[in-house]
Amino acid sequence: MVNHNAVGTHTPTFEMTVERGKIREFARATSSTEAAYLDDEDAVITPTFLTTVTFWQPPEAAALYKDLDIDGRRLLHGEQEYLFPGVPPRAGDRLHVTTAVEEIYEKEGKRGGSMTFVVTRTDFTDADGRVVAQARATAIETGRAPTTTEA
Amino acid sequence: MAITNLEVGHKLPARTFGPLTRTDFVRYQGASGDFNPIHHDEEFARSAGFETVFSVGMLQAGLLATYCTDLLGPANVRRFKVQFREQVWPGDTLVAVGEVTAVYEADEEPRIDLDLTVTRDGGGVAITGLATFATDELGEDDD
Repeated sequence: MVNHNAVGTHTPTFEMTVERGKIREFARATSSTEAAYLDDEDAVITPTFLTTVTFWQPPEAAALYKDLDIDGRRLLHGEQEYLFPGVPPRAGDRLHVTTAVEEIYEKEGKRGGSMTFVVTRTDFTDADGRVVAQARATAIETGRAPTTTEA
Repeated sequence: MAITNLEVGHKLPARTFGPLTRTDFVRYQGASGDFNPIHHDEEFARSAGFETVFSVGMLQAGLLATYCTDLLGPANVRRFKVQFREQVWPGDTLVAVGEVTAVYEADEEPRIDLDLTVTRDGGGVAITGLATFATDELGEDDD
């Protein structure tokens, strides 16, 4: 059962360094052969690379997800969005990161029973405090193990 | 770069990924840091009511992103959004397609919006998506 009181809570701000080798690994795992990812010294990140932020979260940040109390066996990823105001971050960039729980709501599914939607937003800012990327994730806790999200 | 025709309704050339293997899932999980056992631990997947392990949604999303950036340029992405539909299983081949839905200028650069779909070969829609790309550098060789 998802903890609805988690709305409005957020992680402390923490730092994430964008690393060239990690971009290369991620690009390879997603079937890209782009030189801009694999060879450039200041390689740009791939559109979904910032999902690797989990490697940088301190225990206090991971606590946000623990407090949500979502059942892992019934957890589905509903939606994911990345916004970049300009050229995405590059290898060597140091980003300041905060994730907040934006919204939690219920919806009746056709086969999965009642579903709970949890929307989180992560802001990535540069040294000047400028937002250089934003991620929004919708997680779904289903009533029982479904075969599709039906979202 | 392959795309120079940026009119509304223009269809990007389709691209096939796979067939996907459990190793592809595990490699993606290692790269991304998402170690949910439902994508690699058969016993865990069955205990959750699934026949076997299934792919990480974000792997399909990443493949769809690769489809876009290979055509439109890695530095040009401004928005990338996916909605996960059907799960993707070991052995699935995925087909990515895209269509230009808008051509406009924003933040002093020309941009296009795309509608995106990933279909499971012999199955249904795995992902639908939307993307925005800047287009002022298209046609140049930025390799």
